[in-house]
Amino acid sequence: MNDLIAPLGPHADYILGSYAAVAVVLVGLAASILRDHAAQKKALAALEERGAGRRSGRRAS
Amino acid sequence: MASLIDLANPTRFMRLSAVLLPWLAAAAAVLLVVGFYLAWFSAPPDYQQGETVRILYVHVPAAWLAMMFYSMMALSALGTLVWRHPLADVAQKAAAPIGACFALICLVTGALWGKPMWGTYWVWDARLTSMLVLLLIYLGIIALWRVLDEPSRAGRAVAILTLIGFVNVPIIKFSVDWWNTLHQPASVFRMGGSTLDPSMLWPLLILAAGFTLFALALHMVSMRAEIMRRRVRTLTILEAERLDRLAAQGAPA
Repeated sequence: MNDLIAPLGPHADYILGSYAAVAVVLVGLAASILRDHAAQKKALAALEERGAGRRSGRRAS
Repeated sequence: MASLIDLANPTRFMRLSAVLLPWLAAAAAVLLVVGFYLAWFSAPPDYQQGETVRILYVHVPAAWLAMMFYSMMALSALGTLVWRHPLADVAQKAAAPIGACFALICLVTGALWGKPMWGTYWVWDARLTSMLVLLLIYLGIIALWRVLDEPSRAGRAVAILTLIGFVNVPIIKFSVDWWNTLHQPASVFRMGGSTLDPSMLWPLLILAAGFTLFALALHMVSMRAEIMRRRVRTLTILEAERLDRLAAQGAPA
């Protein structure tokens, strides 16, 4: 690990900190969007399965 | 214009985005891998800043994307207010958290770059302050979406706020020319060409393209989720109305 950090010089903490911040924010953003997408897909599938929105209210075949 | 609006209806968007998304994500991944490789193993350290210049490769694309997403939101706001396009406020709502994240990344990486180079994490400089204002506008827009339940009413209110806030985008861009700032002036998109050496410019441009495709892919997924959320809302209301009718008739649900 020291071999990787040493060439970055005296400001290695700031450089690695910046990249860590980017990774944390973007991974968190992507995870939250994908989780929301999956939740909406599941909710929509459940409603369609129950036949919600159909005038007769019958289950989808 | 009419055909463009017809083309962008929610059903067609869902079909088209399902096809485009894997390609967009794959292109983003390739560009990010190549860009990070060049930024870390090919681009030289700066003659003045040394290795800290590597922060440039994430800081600058984040700043560009924070402004690009806000500009996209301003266009969507026009779509909502002028054409009442069904996808416009969906696009706007989906873009706000993504733009906010890039504004946050820009501010955090800027602070971490500023400390070793300027001796301070923060100054109330025109560029830094106007970027902070952009983040606060993003947060205000996200909050407004959450307090108004009815999507079309919320869309119009947010569109007005978005257009008012758009005045900040040219202020961010030209702040380094209009005022004396600690932040350096533009070095990539400027009259007379870039001042960056190609060995640093290419990794930056490749990473900027990679981050842009990544952000657009996330935007597409988020728009799909929002379209489904609205369908869920409509179907839930229809189902509740049906159950009410059945209850009134005394029939079992």
